[in-house]
Amino acid sequence: MTDTKGDNGADVVAMTYAQAVERAIAEEMRRDDDVFFLATATPPGGLLDEFGARRIRRTPISENGFTGAAVGAAVRGLRPIVWWRTAAFSLVAFDQVVNHAAKLHYMTGGQVRVPMVMRATSGAGNQSAAQHAASMHSIYAHAPGLKVVMPSCASDALGLMKAAIRDDNPVVVLEPLRCQSQVENVPVSETAPIPLGTGRFARQGTTITVVALGYMVQVAVAAAEILARDGIEVEIIDPRTVTPLDIEMIRRSVQKTGRLIATDDAPPMCSFTSEVLAVVGEHADTFACLRAPMRRVCGADAPTAFNIALEALATPSVDDLVTAITQVVGAER
Amino acid sequence: MTTAANADFDAAVYALTGMLRIRRFEERALALQREGKIYGVVHPYIGQEAVAMGVCGALRSSDFVMSNHRNHGHCLAHGADPKRMMAELLGRANGYCGGKGGSMHLVDIERGILGADGIVGANGPYAVGSALASLYRGDDAVTVCFTSDGATGQGAIHEALNLSALWDAPMVWVCENNQYASGTPRAENFAATSIAQLGGSYGIPSYVVDGTSIAEVSAVATEAVARARAGDGPSFIEARVYRFMPHAVRGSAGVQDTRPAAERARWRARDPITLLYTELVETGQIDEATFAAIDDEVAATLDAAVAFAEAGPEPDVAGVHAGVFA
Repeated sequence: MTDTKGDNGADVVAMTYAQAVERAIAEEMRRDDDVFFLATATPPGGLLDEFGARRIRRTPISENGFTGAAVGAAVRGLRPIVWWRTAAFSLVAFDQVVNHAAKLHYMTGGQVRVPMVMRATSGAGNQSAAQHAASMHSIYAHAPGLKVVMPSCASDALGLMKAAIRDDNPVVVLEPLRCQSQVENVPVSETAPIPLGTGRFARQGTTITVVALGYMVQVAVAAAEILARDGIEVEIIDPRTVTPLDIEMIRRSVQKTGRLIATDDAPPMCSFTSEVLAVVGEHADTFACLRAPMRRVCGADAPTAFNIALEALATPSVDDLVTAITQVVGAER
Repeated sequence: MTTAANADFDAAVYALTGMLRIRRFEERALALQREGKIYGVVHPYIGQEAVAMGVCGALRSSDFVMSNHRNHGHCLAHGADPKRMMAELLGRANGYCGGKGGSMHLVDIERGILGADGIVGANGPYAVGSALASLYRGDDAVTVCFTSDGATGQGAIHEALNLSALWDAPMVWVCENNQYASGTPRAENFAATSIAQLGGSYGIPSYVVDGTSIAEVSAVATEAVARARAGDGPSFIEARVYRFMPHAVRGSAGVQDTRPAAERARWRARDPITLLYTELVETGQIDEATFAAIDDEVAATLDAAVAFAEAGPEPDVAGVHAGVFA
């Protein structure tokens, strides 16, 4: 970490995505004694040293058990942060997440709240094979009652994690594996939470809208820089949260550009990308603005493979996006 | 003047009244179901009343109860309002969950009834979480988890027992062994000879009690609750009982019980309410007239509950999306 001055003159510090997540957790734990941490490992960094074993609780490898315990503790008013480590492991706790955390507030007529965060790395990238590497955001977005967050950069990870911890609902925070070591300057002083459900422009443009999630934001920015040489100005929206989804931001952009691509690193069936196309296509005003068929650019429709060349196909590449954008821009209805 | 004998008498009448309230509540619910006024499924607690009353009688109102699909008895025993319970069974807006939960999900968070879980075994981790919250905050509340022989087949219970023992969770496991896991007999559901071994295998002090005897349940529950409150960790109680009705009753299907008739008759002869009543009569503590007066009082309570429920408004269907998020 190195201190320096940011664009607005404020002191900033270079920080990785993973460090930003840890900082958000530490700041929230300092702020609120009800926040505590449960995981099958000591988290990296200084959390255990600072907060001790009462608040950084190690668990057996019992994802269903300790996620359920977090639900019960949340119902009693605490704010647990469950760290599953990888999203694929969360399936062991699926019943507690979907049948319990997500449904309890509704099912009890609002008598209970479940303010908890469940976090995990998402997607492929370190040759861990299918049972350790998966993108689960679409699956969790399908469960009413859950919020699903996927920060794409360090500053968003900082602000969104803080918002997730303060939220009174169960929030699944998925942290792309391929973003973990990405470095960004963030303010030295404590930053505000970023409200869940607000997207951001990763780039503004007029030719085509690309809605990109998680690591795909970086890929889309790289593709946009290549295409800008040919005068194609790509507008990239990072919705940052899958649930709630900033539909209005996406619709407004499509009304401007008339073209849409949605991209993530997950299989395409019943997914985030299909939802983005649906909310644009089923809305008369945005549908009328479409100048070309909408397109999705997704990960391979297969479990994540181990072999490094096969694994790479779980995540769309810059070339994949350049090709897709070129085709959609070239097509006229 | 309060004497020990008076206190015993009061406790006995309290237990008998509570057990009768549960029995009659279930009978009313089943009658309303036959009339088509309660739809969906009901899991009757009839036959197991001594467990709920014995355990909850050992609790303070500030303690917590985590229940399961067969929750009516637990809720009544820990002080839930029969009116709002019945209204929820009818799916009405004045029910505990505004009609969104129904029979299986009665919750009264104000009274410490944390939840009633429809996924067998899944309430175990949840109850450990409540106990963990007490540990974390340093309060002296005890959490009871009502579980069952059926739940012994679920991994969640094993994980939760392990967590509760590792963390010295201030809680009491009450495993109501009613001999059947849904339709599967006890011997085909759990391999070990005794379900209480399950607690023992995690180093949790474990007990077997006759769940038809309120005196036995009360004595062991009182000890277990004291142990939890003192910070000495969880206990596990296997209460051997029998549910007099099938696992789940759906009005339209009629009641079909596939369990052996001789077995049912043998357990019916150990009706926990009859056992307590007989004992109180034999020891000269109450007579038939007193019992009838208690039953009348219970009937009046339930008349009011049914009237409250039937008069309750239907939920506004426009509210189907309300309350998905807090």
